Formats: sequence, structure tokens, C-alpha cells
Amino acid sequence: MFLQAKRLFKLALSPVLLLLCSLSTVAWGEEAQRWQVNMKPGVTEVGATIFDLHMTVFWICVWIGVVVFGVMFYSVLVHRKSLGVKPADFHESTAVEIAWTIVPFIILIVMAFPATKALIEIYNFEDTELDVLVTGYQWKWKYEYIDADGENVIFFSNLRTGKTEIYNEDSKGEHYLLEVDEPLVLPVNVKTRLLLTANDVIHAWWVPALAVKKDAIPGFINEAWTKPLETGVYRGQCAELCGRDHGYMPIVVNVVEQAEFDSWLAEKKAQAAEINALMGQQFTLDEQMAKGKEVYNLWCGACHGMNGEGGVGPAIKGNGVATGEIAKHLAIGINGVAGTAMQAFGGQINDVEMAAVLTYQRNGFGNNMGDIIQPIDVFNFKKGE
Amino acid sequence: MGAHGPTTTGLMRWVTTTNHKDIGTLYLWFSFAMFIMGGAFAMIIRAELFQPGLQIVEPEFFNQMTTMHGLVMVFGAIMPSFVGLANWMIPMMIGAPDMALPRMNNLSFWILPPTFLLLASTLFMDGGAPNFGWTFYAPLSTTYAPDTVTYFIFGVHLMGISSIMGSINIIATVVNLRAPGMTYMKMPMFVWTWLITAFLLVAVMPVLAGAVTMMLMDIHFGTSFFSAAGGGDPVLFQHIFWFFGHPEVYIIILPAFGVVSQIIPTFARKPLFGYDSMVYATASIAFLSFIVWAHHMYTVGMPIAGELFFMYATMLIAVPTGVKVFNWITTMWEGAMTFETPMLFCIGFVFLFTVGGFTGVMLSLAPVDFQYHDSYFVVAHFHYVMVAGAVFSMSAAVYYWLPKWCGRMYNETMGKAHFWISFLGFNLTFFPQHFLGLAGMPRRIPDYALQFSDFNMMSSIGAFIYGASQLLFLFNVVRTVMAGKPTDEEKTWDGAEGLEWTVGTPAPYHTFSTPPALK
Repeated sequence: MFLQAKRLFKLALSPVLLLLCSLSTVAWGEEAQRWQVNMKPGVTEVGATIFDLHMTVFWICVWIGVVVFGVMFYSVLVHRKSLGVKPADFHESTAVEIAWTIVPFIILIVMAFPATKALIEIYNFEDTELDVLVTGYQWKWKYEYIDADGENVIFFSNLRTGKTEIYNEDSKGEHYLLEVDEPLVLPVNVKTRLLLTANDVIHAWWVPALAVKKDAIPGFINEAWTKPLETGVYRGQCAELCGRDHGYMPIVVNVVEQAEFDSWLAEKKAQAAEINALMGQQFTLDEQMAKGKEVYNLWCGACHGMNGEGGVGPAIKGNGVATGEIAKHLAIGINGVAGTAMQAFGGQINDVEMAAVLTYQRNGFGNNMGDIIQPIDVFNFKKGE
Repeated sequence: MGAHGPTTTGLMRWVTTTNHKDIGTLYLWFSFAMFIMGGAFAMIIRAELFQPGLQIVEPEFFNQMTTMHGLVMVFGAIMPSFVGLANWMIPMMIGAPDMALPRMNNLSFWILPPTFLLLASTLFMDGGAPNFGWTFYAPLSTTYAPDTVTYFIFGVHLMGISSIMGSINIIATVVNLRAPGMTYMKMPMFVWTWLITAFLLVAVMPVLAGAVTMMLMDIHFGTSFFSAAGGGDPVLFQHIFWFFGHPEVYIIILPAFGVVSQIIPTFARKPLFGYDSMVYATASIAFLSFIVWAHHMYTVGMPIAGELFFMYATMLIAVPTGVKVFNWITTMWEGAMTFETPMLFCIGFVFLFTVGGFTGVMLSLAPVDFQYHDSYFVVAHFHYVMVAGAVFSMSAAVYYWLPKWCGRMYNETMGKAHFWISFLGFNLTFFPQHFLGLAGMPRRIPDYALQFSDFNMMSSIGAFIYGASQLLFLFNVVRTVMAGKPTDEEKTWDGAEGLEWTVGTPAPYHTFSTPPALK
């Protein structure tokens, strides 16, 4: 009750707060704040330029509004029949019409100059030092650091907020809906080029603090760039309606010092090499089951049930595919099922993980098929397609 | 003048009628029913957004609600309401006995109820209603769409046919049936704005039909207009859609301009200032509407030359729109104003529409739009021009002409209450949405980060207030029609000018069977 009252009190106070906020020029932290009423310059030069332009146009509009509405409300107050005024009957003046055609035109030209300059700057792709390919998926982002030697670092970035928070069973964390399992990492003070595309429908990559919003369109590659000037964690969201979970594909960018970035990238490459090494290995059933369970809980459990009992997707327990031909099981795991929620996981989890999770599905939940799928089987299946 | 009424009675009167007043009435009631339905969808949206987290609906259904809200409001509520108004008023304003093509008029109305029944029925079908937004961008609306998309395509075709027939009728009526002496530059502004609107409709509805036909081909016949995998282009869809979509927003707002240009002079008791410039401004807006479409697409990755062209062209629209606003205010200047409900709605219109115009200028600047685009700032902007623009002016029109239509006076106190509650509710709903957008909240999301909670709660409370105030409107209109104070004054308003105020009250079933003599 008290909390509710407090909340309503704040609501009632909000106009005062709005006024205070709009008057204050103190820079806030880079995350959106409660009661935030304005755009923020962010941490890039382009963002600051956009912010200045936004404020300039805002104040021009405010002053036009003050004059125009001032005249209107003066008229409303003074030119009323109840005050006994007699109506005038003037109804045209070419000079006045020409004046109020030309004056707005001049004001627009004044706005167009800085806008054109800002746009030219935003379209200047010279001297970018790092390329990252961003691919939108329903409903997650894939990041690929493009490496001159072909050793690209690739990973997916998924929403980390749990269902229990979304469905109000748990209290919501500080970064509710704006947290991911693995953020994009960028070096500070480096002009990074983002190449954007999508796997399925159109998405849009938007991080307000980095002043980037660009559509990710399937079959086409768009480009955008950003040069963050301060380290920190910056959050954003998909900005183009992309289906059911459009509201659940956040973007988190961790901007770090160059040295930290280099060691992070090296570590990612080492991990990739490790997986490569695992590709040739033969695993025992126990090893595959242990690893497979981890992968299953992360990727499959949400739809097929943590105990294989089914949910959005069919039950794995006693499932015809999981207890049938290996080739068909591989095909569905790798390519998904068109027209259903079952996605193609072949590009999302690596072959080691795929082999383990399929083995787990075939032998867990009482399926007990007794067969083991090895990473090389997945690799060969993909190659044979 | 003919004193006899309809030849058939009961339900068949309405099904078979070719009378412009009957058809106007049908359009107006139909559009109000759609306004209530679209409003109910909006209430569901705002109820879900009252707090963060999912409480009432699932994301899938939320997307169906945003889609259906947009479609129903644009194609079911606002457009037919102005067509209804055109049917009622244009013949009476130009001294014509009826619309030029009365049977087609009947057909163009009766296509609509089954169309929207079809569209609404998709809510109960497997896979749910269309869920890809009212802008239905491919490939979300093609490859990834629910099966009901085919019903949607058929529905859009039917609406298009209805709109095209309606506009041809209006053009034919205005061009051919003006009373002797009613030259073009003597026509009331409402007739002018509708004539221009009708040309816009005839020009762009076929483009929309083309877009949905290409979708149909992509979905069912193996073409790839909008799929890159088959050599097509998803962005092509957006170009075609917005080539229709931008003129469409002027199709909605121009008749609203016309209404306001009729009502303000009446209550200022002073002729409209700058009639000629109003006509030219309307025509300029209509022309510009064809060359600004890609300002909806600044983030798709156009080359810089394209961005600059569309930015400059879009900024230009502020000039004729500004002229209109200045003319309205100058019409008020040194008038002898009274503030009955229609005038209140018109002043509310001028004020809030101009606010929407300001955010429009801000949005026109491509570099800044990179931050505004697809955020709640855009949602706030277009509701300022659509609701405070089109819906406010439509409310003004109903109060203004209702006594003429039914010979009964509405309750002024209730009318004013409707205005003030609407005004408050509207601003409480949509003003905070500017802040949400600027702080980074994307549109069309069912759930949001915690820092957006406060303004969303305010916005939802405002929406419930605004929604409730429309029930007051409905009650007032029904009460007037059933039991309002009878009036037989030809001129309901002492300052009103125009031929519609020279016929009896309530307006007889047939008016101007012989053309009036113009002063």
C-alpha cells in the first residue's frame, strides 16, 4: 500500500521533475535513467553532434511555438464575443502570406546546414580499424570479428533475463531485459565498422549511447560505424519489429581498453582452437552425456522441457526422431524444421556441442538408444549436404 | 424540394439505399464502431504496458493487437469517418441533389463491413491474426507470416476497391454537380480538401494493391519480389509501401484540415483568412506527399544522396503546413469568438497538431532520426497528428453538424466535458511517450526495461481516461439522436456560412433537387 502511494506521489510530482530535468545540463550516466526526458549525447563524437542538432531544432520549435501559441491564446483570451468585441472582417493579405511562407523557409535552411554536415560525417567510412559482422536472428544477435588471417571470432549474444523475471515470479534485476550472456566487446577510441545483415527477417541494431541505429536486412549488408570515446557498458535493443520476441533481443556493448580487448580476442581465438582440436576426438558415452546435458539445458530445455517432457516443442522422451535414424536426427538438429519454432541450430552451436546434445537426447530421458554421435559425424553430415 | 422520405423502410432501407445522407450515416456509424474496436485493442496494449513484465497477454498476441489497432484505426475508423462526412456534406455544400454515382456509393460502403468482419475473424483462427505491424514489412509479413496473412491481403484489396470507388464518386460529384455559379474558388474548404484527397487516394491505393499482390505471389506462387534468396529485395517492399503510406497520412489529415477551416470561421464570426493560399497550400502538401516517402526509411541504408533528397523534401512540407496554421490563427484574430464544443475541438486541434508538426520537423532531419527512428518518439509524433489531428477534427465535425443532421441539439455541457477529458487523457497518454523514445524505448515491444516504468504507467492511465471519454461521446450522440432538444433553426450557429445552412433542419431526405441560386 505504502509503495503504491509512494509511486502515485512520484507520478503527481513528475511535471515538476520534468521541468527540473529539462533545465539541468548535468550529464548523467550512459544508461537510461528513471524519469529521463531527453536524449543523451552518448560517448561518441557523432552522438554529441546529433544531440546538439536535436537540441538546436528543439529550441527553434519551442520558440516558434511560444510565438504562434502566444498569438493564438492571446486571441482566445481577448477576441471573444463575451467581452463585447465586434468581429473584424479582413480575410486576405498577399504580403502576409508571402512573409509567412518565406520566414519558415529560411528557418528550415538554417536547420538544413548542420543536418547535412552531420549526415556527411555519419557516412564517412574512412579509416575504420576493426570490422565486426553483426547478424540478426529471431531473436538474438551473432557477432563475427573479421580477421585478416581468416581466424574469425564468432559468437551469439542471447537475452540473459530469465522467464521467471519476465512473468513476475521473481523480482526484476537492475538490467531487466537489457542483459545478455555474451556482450559485444569493442576497443575504446577505435573507429569500428559494423557490417549488418540478418538471417531471417529485418532487425535493427540500436545502441543509443553509441549513436548507431541501422537495419539488418536478410540478403543485404549494411554498414555503420562507431568510435566510443569512453570505456563502459552500453545497452540497446532491436528497433525493428521482428516477430514474437522482438522485445527480447537486447544488445550489450562492452567498451574496453585496447590491451584488454586484445587479450579478450586472443582468448576467444584460443577457445576456438580448442574446439577445433576436439573435433577429431572420440568421446565416450558418459562424456557426451555430461556435456550434452549442459548444452541441452541452455538451448533446448526452454521449448522441449528440462526433463524432455515437451512444451512449446514436442517431448524428447520417447520421441520418434530421437529414437529413430541418426541421419534424420542430425538433419533436424542442424537445419531445423521449416515453418515451426524449431530453428536451424547448425550455425548456432558448434559441432562438438551438437554431437553431445544429440547423444544426450538419444540416451537421456529413458530413450537409451546406446549410440554415440561424435563431432566428426556432425562435420561429415554438414559437408555431405 | 422533395419532402418524401426513403421508399423502403426497416433494414432494407439501409441495405438498398442510394441516398447520400443515408450512406453518410452508415459510414459514420460504421467508423465509430471501428473506432471503439480499435480503441479496445489499444486498451489491451496499454494495459499490458502498465507495468514491466508480462501480465495480461503473450508477446505473440501483443503483436496482433498493435497490428490490428493500426489497421482498424487507419482503414476502419479514420478513413471511413471522413468518407461519411464527405457523403453527408459535399452535396449539401455544393448545392447538388446527391452524389454523382449513387449506386456505386452504396457498394463502396457495403464492401466495408464484411471486410472488417473478415479481418477481425482472423483473431480467432489458427495461428492468430496478422502480427507484423500495420506497415507489414516483408519478409516478416511473407515468409514468416501466419497463414491469416492471405485474409489480410484480400481485406486490403477490398478496402482499396471501396476507397477508390468512394474517391471517384467524390471527384465526379465535385467536378460535375456544383450548383451554377459555384466556381472552384468559391467551394468551401472542406470540399477542396476532399477533392485533393480523392485524387491522392486514386493515385496511391493501386500502389498498395500492388504491394499486397506481390506479397500474395511471394507467399503462394513462388515468386521472390521481397526475398533476397530469390533475387528480390525486402527494401523494395518498404519503398512501395511508403509510396502509398506517406500520401495516406495526408489522405487522413487533409479532410481534417477542411473541417477545421469550416468551423473556426463560424465561431470566430469572421471569414477564413487566406482562402486562396489555403487551397494552394493543400495542393502543395499533396504534391510533396509523393516525393518524401523514404523519410520513413532513413535507417535502411540508403546512399547519402537519397537521404539528403528525402530530408530536404520532407523539411519543405513544414512550409505549406505552417501557412495553414498561420491562416487559422489569423482567422481567429480580432474575431468575436465563442467556445462551443466544435470550436474547442478545433482549437485543441490547432494546438496539438502543431506540436505534432514540430516533432515532424525534428524527425525529418535524417541524422537525428537515427536516434528517433522506431522509438516511442515516433509513436508520440504520429498520435499527435492522427488522434489530436484527425480524431479531434472528426469530433468537432460531429458536434458541429449533428443538429443539422438530426434536428436535435446535443448537450453542450457533456460535449465540453468530452473535450476537456479527451484533451487531458490524450496528453497524459502521448506526451510522456516523447520522453520514453528519447530515453531509448523502441516501439512495438510488449515489455520494457525498468527505467521506462513510470512514464509507461502515466501513459496507460492517460489512455484509459481518453478511452472512457469516447464512451461519453457515444452517449451524448445517442442521447441527442433519441431525445435531444428539438431544433428547427436553419442555422444552428449564428456565424455559420454555406449552403448546408440554407436547407431545413433536420436536413430533408432530398435537398437541392433544384439547384440553389448563389448570391
